[in-house]
Amino acid sequence: MTALYSPQQLAEKALELSTADAAVVLVEESSTANLRWANNTLTTNGVAANRRVTVISVVNGVEGTSAATVTQAGPTAETIGALVRASEQGARAAGPAPDARALLGPDDAPGLQGVRWDEAAVATDIEVFTGLAPALGESFEAARSAGQLLFGFAEHSTVTTYLATSTGLRLRHDQPTGKLELNAKTPDFVRSAWGGAQTRDFADVDVVALAAGLSQRLDWQKRKIDLPAGRYETLLPPTAVADLMIYLYWTASARDAADGRTVFSVPGGGGGTKVGQRIGVPGLRLWSDPSAAGLESATFNAVSTSSSQASVFDNGAPLTSTDWVRDGVLERLLTTRKSAEETGLPLTPPIDNLLMDAGGTASLEELTRSTEDGLLLTCLWYIREVDPQSLLLTGLTRDGVYKVEGGEVVGVVNNFRFNESPVDLLSRITEAGASGICLPREWNDYFTRTSMPALRVGDFNMSSVSKAS
Amino acid sequence: MPSLDPTFAALPLRELAEAVLAKARELGVDHADVRSERIREQSIRLRDAELDGVNESVDSGLAVRVVHRGTWGFAAGTVQTAEAAVRLVEQAVRVAEVSAPVNTEPVVLAPEPSHGEQVWISSYEIDPFDVPDAEKIALLGDWSRRLLAGDAVSHVDAFAHAVKENKFYADTNGTFTTQQRVRMHVALEAVAIDEASGAFETMRTLAPPVGRGWEFLRGTGWDWDAELAALPGLLAEKLAAPSIEPGEYDLVIAPSNLWLTIHESIGHATELDRALGYEAAFAGTSFATLDKLGTLKYGSPVMHVTGDRTVEHGLSTIGFDDEGVQAQQWDLVKDGILAGYQLDRRIAQLTGLGGGRSNACGFADSPGHAPIQRMANVSLQAAADGPSTEELISRVKNGLFIQGDKSWSIDMQRYNFQFTGQRAFLIKDGKLAGQVKDFAYQATTTDFWGAMEAVGGPETYVLGGAFNCGKGQPGQAAPVSHGCPSALFRGIRILNTVQEAGK
Repeated sequence: MTALYSPQQLAEKALELSTADAAVVLVEESSTANLRWANNTLTTNGVAANRRVTVISVVNGVEGTSAATVTQAGPTAETIGALVRASEQGARAAGPAPDARALLGPDDAPGLQGVRWDEAAVATDIEVFTGLAPALGESFEAARSAGQLLFGFAEHSTVTTYLATSTGLRLRHDQPTGKLELNAKTPDFVRSAWGGAQTRDFADVDVVALAAGLSQRLDWQKRKIDLPAGRYETLLPPTAVADLMIYLYWTASARDAADGRTVFSVPGGGGGTKVGQRIGVPGLRLWSDPSAAGLESATFNAVSTSSSQASVFDNGAPLTSTDWVRDGVLERLLTTRKSAEETGLPLTPPIDNLLMDAGGTASLEELTRSTEDGLLLTCLWYIREVDPQSLLLTGLTRDGVYKVEGGEVVGVVNNFRFNESPVDLLSRITEAGASGICLPREWNDYFTRTSMPALRVGDFNMSSVSKAS
Repeated sequence: MPSLDPTFAALPLRELAEAVLAKARELGVDHADVRSERIREQSIRLRDAELDGVNESVDSGLAVRVVHRGTWGFAAGTVQTAEAAVRLVEQAVRVAEVSAPVNTEPVVLAPEPSHGEQVWISSYEIDPFDVPDAEKIALLGDWSRRLLAGDAVSHVDAFAHAVKENKFYADTNGTFTTQQRVRMHVALEAVAIDEASGAFETMRTLAPPVGRGWEFLRGTGWDWDAELAALPGLLAEKLAAPSIEPGEYDLVIAPSNLWLTIHESIGHATELDRALGYEAAFAGTSFATLDKLGTLKYGSPVMHVTGDRTVEHGLSTIGFDDEGVQAQQWDLVKDGILAGYQLDRRIAQLTGLGGGRSNACGFADSPGHAPIQRMANVSLQAAADGPSTEELISRVKNGLFIQGDKSWSIDMQRYNFQFTGQRAFLIKDGKLAGQVKDFAYQATTTDFWGAMEAVGGPETYVLGGAFNCGKGQPGQAAPVSHGCPSALFRGIRILNTVQEAGK
C-alpha cells in the first residue's frame, strides 16, 4: 500500500533520512488547467496535478564543500529514501562547489519563518473556466457573424512551494499564475490582431470586451500601407517593452559581467561591471518587488540549480524590492553570495517580477494622438540574441504594425524584422507612458509578472521587411 | 544491445491501462488512450573546468486522453495507482464537458491498425545513467582544461545533458506499446577576450545532440579530440578577424549550420497543424498552405526533403507515436515542390492527407501534456554522386563558408529569417581566405531555397538537431534531428551585426 504523505511530511522525512552534512528540500505542489482554441473552436485542453521534490545534499569533503541536486516527480513514503540517497551520492561524487557557503537558518529569514507552513497547498482545476468557456463560446458566435476567426489560450496554474533545510528553515509560498491570449484574424489570415491579459484567478478577465477591442483593430487594418526597412519613430506598447526588458533581466548576471562576457562588462578586463554607470535616460527606473500589487511573487530565494545568477546555497534568502536601474543609472546586477563578494555588490537574487517606470502618465492612446508620423506596434516575436557584447536582439513585429499620421491611425503596415539592443534603447527613449500591468507576448511561458510603460523611440531599427501576417 | 529498463518493465502498467480503458468505455467515450511515462534527465555543467552543478530529475506520471461526445478531454497526475488512474478518466471527461461550449468541430481520429503488444528500444550502446558521475565530471574537466590551455581562451563552459525516456501507451484501439530511448547533448564553449578593447568572441563545439548513449563521448560518432584541438586556434583567429563587409555573398553552408535553417524554414513550415491555424496565436502559421500542396515552388530542383521517425540515432525517431501510430518516412519537398506535411490522427482525418492516415507525428513531451502534432526528423537529402564541400567552395568567387549554428529567428509565417553561426570563412576565387566576424544571413524562405544551386554528396551529410524545439500551449519541448549535406547558395544578403546595432 502506498502511503500518501503530505508535502510537509515528505520534506520532514527527507531531512530526517539525510546523512549529508546539510540538506535543502524543496517540495512544489502544482496544479494547472488550460483551454486552447483556433478557428473559433476548441483544439486542446487539460488538467494536470504534479508534485516535485528536490533534494540538495551538501557534503563537506577534504578538498571543500560539494553539492548535488536530484528532483523527482511524485515520490512516496517508500521512494523518498532512494531520492535522498541519490542526491547524497551525487554530492559525494562531485568536486567542490565554488559557490559553497553555510546554509541560511530561521534567523536569516525574519518574518517569513514558518508562516502558514502547516496549511495544505492551494490548487486549481477545470472549474476555474466555468465562466470563461460560455463567454468564449459567445465570442466565437460574434466572431462568426463578423466574418472573423478567434484563436487563443487560457491557462491557470497554482504552485505551492515548501522549502525546508537541515538548518531549520521552513518557508512556504503560494503562486497563482493566469493568462489569457486572444488573437482575431480574417479568414484569409491576412489581418491579425492580438491581446493578452494576466490574472491571478480569472475573476477579472473579460474576454468579450477583449474580443471587441480586437475587432476594432481588424477594422484599422482594412487599409494596407507598404513601408520599406529603415529607422522609424516607434511606439512600443507595454507588452513589447516587457519582452525586451525580460531579456535584459535574464542577462544581468554580475558574475558573467565581471567575467567580461556581457553588455554589463566594463571594457578592458579587470573584472569590472557597469554598476554605477548611466545606461538609461534620467528618471528611468527598472526594478523588481515581490510585494508589487497584482504581481506578488516569492519573498524568499528558492533555487534548485546553481547558475551564474543563483546558488543553491542561498536558498531562503529574503527577497525585497530591488532597483536594477535607478534614475537611469545601473544600480544592481543579479548576484549570489559568492558573486556578491567577488564584485563588491550586495546579495540581490532574481525576483519573479519586473517593473519599469519613467515618470510618464500618458496612455498608449494619448501617446498615439501626440504622434505626428510614426509606427505603433502591437507586440514583438521570436526574439533572439545576435551579439552578446551589445546585447543586440533580433525579432519580428507581429499582429499589427500601424502607421500613425497627425495623431491618427491611418492603416496597417507590413511586418518587419528588427535588430535592436534593449540596453541601447534605454538611452534613446524620447517619451514614456504610464506604467501598467501587462502580459509579455514572447516570454509568458517563463515570465508573466510585468508592469511596463509604453515607450516612444525616435529611431527603432527595422532591418528588413517580413511578408508574414 | 540495450534492453528495457527492468524497473520500468516491472510496473503494473498493463493492469492500470485495463482499468482506465474499462472506466472510459463505461463513461461512453468515443476514444481513450492512456500513457505512463518516466523521463530521467541528468545535466552536468562545468565553468572554467570547475563543477557548476549536477542536476538529476525524474519526471513521471500518468495521462489520460479521451474524445467524449466529439470533444477532447485530458487529465494527468503523478500518482500511478489504479484508483488514481480511474479518477483521471473522470477528470478527463469533466474537462470535455466544461470545454463543450467552446467546441464547434467534432473530433474524429484517422483510423490506424491495432498494433497489439509492441516493444521498441532506440539504438545506443552505453546507458549514460550507468556511467559513474565522477567519471563524467572528470572527462568534461579534462576537455575544459584542453581548451583553457589555448592562448586566447579566457573562459570555458561545458555541459553534458543525458535523457532516458520510458513510455507505455495503450488505447481503445487495442494497441499497447512499451518504448525506451536515450539521447545525449554535449557541448563546450570557449570565450576569448581582448583585454585592451574589452571585445569578446565565443566559439562552441559543433558536435550535434544525438540519439546515442555515453559511447558518443568515447569516440563513437564524433571525433572529440580533433575538435577540441582545433577550437582554441579557430577562436583566436575569430577574435582577430576583420568585421564583415555587408552585402550579397554566395554561401557554402555546412550541415552544422544548415540543419537549423532546415528546422525553422522547412520543418515548422510543413507542420499541417500550423498550416491549418492551430498554432496561429502562438508559434504561428505557414506560408506553405494546403492549397499549394503539389504546386508550391519551395526551392530549386535539387531540393529533396523527407520527414521520418525511423532514422537510426534520430532524436524524434520512435517505434510508435503517442497516438499509437507506427513510425514512417515520406516526402515533404520533392524536386523543389511542396509534396507533403507532418500529420497527427485528427488532422489526417480532417484533410484526408496521407491517404487519411497519420504519419506518426502526435507527440507529448511529458506525462503532464497532451500530444500535439510535433516535428519528425526533417532532412535534406544529399545528391548520390554530389560534390565534396571543397568542390562546392571551389565554385565560389566571392562568398562565405559558414559552420555551426548560433543565433536564429524567423517570422510567424516562416518567410523572413536571420541566422548567424559559430564561424565563417571568406571564400575568394574558390579558396578559403580566413575568418570574418559579425556576420548574419537574412533571407525569405523560398528565395533562399530557390538560390540553392547544389547539394553535396553523401560524404558531406551530417545528422544535426536539437533537444528543445518549442511549440504549443502549454509549451512543449521536443527533441528532433535534421540531416543534410553541405550546400551552395547564390546571392544571399549578409548583414554586419555591429552596424545593425547602430555602432
